[in-house]
Amino acid sequence: MSKEAIIKTNDLTKSFGAFTAVDKITFEVMPGEIFGFLGANGAGKTTAMKMLSGLLIPTSGKASVVGFDVFKQSEMIKKNIGYMSQKFSLYDDLTVEENIAFFGGIYGLRGDVLEHAQAELLQRLQLMDQSKKLVASLPLGWKQKLSFSVAMIHKPRLVFLDEPTGGVDPITRRQFWEMIYEAAENGVTIFVTTHYMDEAEYCSRVSIMVDGKIAAMDTPRALKDRFGAKNMDEVFYTLARGAKRGE
Amino acid sequence: MIGIVIKKEFRQIFRNPNILRMMMVMPIIQLIIIPFAADYEIKNIDLAIVNQDNSSYSQRLVQKLVAGNYFQLVEAGTDYRTAQESIEKGHADLIITIPHDFEKNIIKENKATISISADAVNGVKAGLGNLYANQIIGQFNAEIREELLVMPRHNEIVNIQTFSQNRYNPHNDYHLFMVPGILALLVTMVGALISTLNIVSEKEKGTIEQINVTPLKKYQFIIGKLTPFWILGMISITIGFIISYLVFGIVSLGGYLSIYLYSGLYLLAVLGIGLLLSTFVDTQQQATLFSFFLMMNFVLLSGLYTTVESMPGWARFLSDLLPPSHFIKVIRSIFIKGSSVVDILPEFGIMAIFAVVLNGLAVLNYRKRA
Repeated sequence: MSKEAIIKTNDLTKSFGAFTAVDKITFEVMPGEIFGFLGANGAGKTTAMKMLSGLLIPTSGKASVVGFDVFKQSEMIKKNIGYMSQKFSLYDDLTVEENIAFFGGIYGLRGDVLEHAQAELLQRLQLMDQSKKLVASLPLGWKQKLSFSVAMIHKPRLVFLDEPTGGVDPITRRQFWEMIYEAAENGVTIFVTTHYMDEAEYCSRVSIMVDGKIAAMDTPRALKDRFGAKNMDEVFYTLARGAKRGE
Repeated sequence: MIGIVIKKEFRQIFRNPNILRMMMVMPIIQLIIIPFAADYEIKNIDLAIVNQDNSSYSQRLVQKLVAGNYFQLVEAGTDYRTAQESIEKGHADLIITIPHDFEKNIIKENKATISISADAVNGVKAGLGNLYANQIIGQFNAEIREELLVMPRHNEIVNIQTFSQNRYNPHNDYHLFMVPGILALLVTMVGALISTLNIVSEKEKGTIEQINVTPLKKYQFIIGKLTPFWILGMISITIGFIISYLVFGIVSLGGYLSIYLYSGLYLLAVLGIGLLLSTFVDTQQQATLFSFFLMMNFVLLSGLYTTVESMPGWARFLSDLLPPSHFIKVIRSIFIKGSSVVDILPEFGIMAIFAVVLNGLAVLNYRKRA
């Protein structure tokens, strides 16, 4: 099992009319990896991620995610992945507990299993006394941690994180990455997009998209060596400078 | 699965006092206020009388005109120009001129003319004022005819009277006519606007994207979303019936079962409109503007304030394409005529087609976006 790639794409393409948002990308993500998916705004990251998570139907190419085909088995993919989007995606007007119950319920958790998962989640986040509070009243950092945990309530093998740390302070970001590491240690594969290059350093492997294509893909160390750069920032600049697409 | 969504929706609805207020308080206030304002009967028409005859007959006619509560005498004189001026200033709506020799002509020549001029800026008022005046003058005519009958040479005159009867609504009670219609619009508001706003707000907040990546099926999400609004719609109809009874003493002549069956079907169609709308717009602002436009058309084309039968053919065709027109028609016929389920069976069919088509389009369009 561990030898088999959890995400596998071959010339995966998505066009909107004449515009090719994602242009023949081919890559593999192995189980347990923290795969950083980088690129400037408009490079096609979110589109690629939406195809892989079953939100968008690709125009051409091939891709399989957690062993299912993105063209035909998107419903099976949805059951087996977690997804946390750029925008905060819990219900503000529901309590912590109600959000957990709702999303847990949608993923098919019932009765004791749901209660157990809920108790464990609250314990891990130390939110036991806040469980009856509305999500709206939590600080952003907590919301994002909760959102991440809720995205994994059904214990998926793969989680997509779309700019999960946008707009939070450095301390919360650090804590958030600790949670990501913890999940990865438990065997969950993490597919994460980010604009923070320090976060790219935390990834086991990184791909950088420029104008819908993958311009480079390797471990952060190997990329820095190849481009003779001090850090991922420089690597990113070197690659993204040539981009033709803007915002 | 659907149950989980319904539970979540109800939690959110009960936590948001604005939705509840809109759904419960708005119908109550509107049902109590609008029927009083939307009254077709026009009273207190300001009347200027130009009496150039000053005879006993002309005096009697003036008294008769002023006696009822239709006319309010604002000016009485002998000069037409003064009366004309008071119409121009907006003091009077109608001028009735009794010419010189009025009495003499009645007695000698057996006929007399009275002129009525109305300020037609407010067409309804002018038309009704004219009508009332004609009726009163007609009555006056009949009276003096009876008196003159003693004189033998007048008895060959044929007396024609009109006799009109308003079937089903004998006293022409406008509340009986308006309340079911207003009820219909309220249900439309609740069904179309609030459900659209609800779905679009999930789009705005981005929670819908989160739902889309879960294994929840589209139909489960849609049914789970619409069911609470269907239930709330039925509750607000019930509140409407209670108010109609308490405030206006209006009780349906037809069975409430047929009303609820038809309303339930209608709500499905209206929720379809809401759902369809929500697939087109991205923000609550757009949704509000769009439904405002829809409501305007519903109000003016559905036969609530206007008569569908007197519209030109194309407008009648448009009116037939709007579900509220059918709903208003059916609710009125159940309420006022006491139509039974069997009587309105074809209307059930039409509404079922609306429900299927609107929801079908909405679901198709919804899928494309995902």
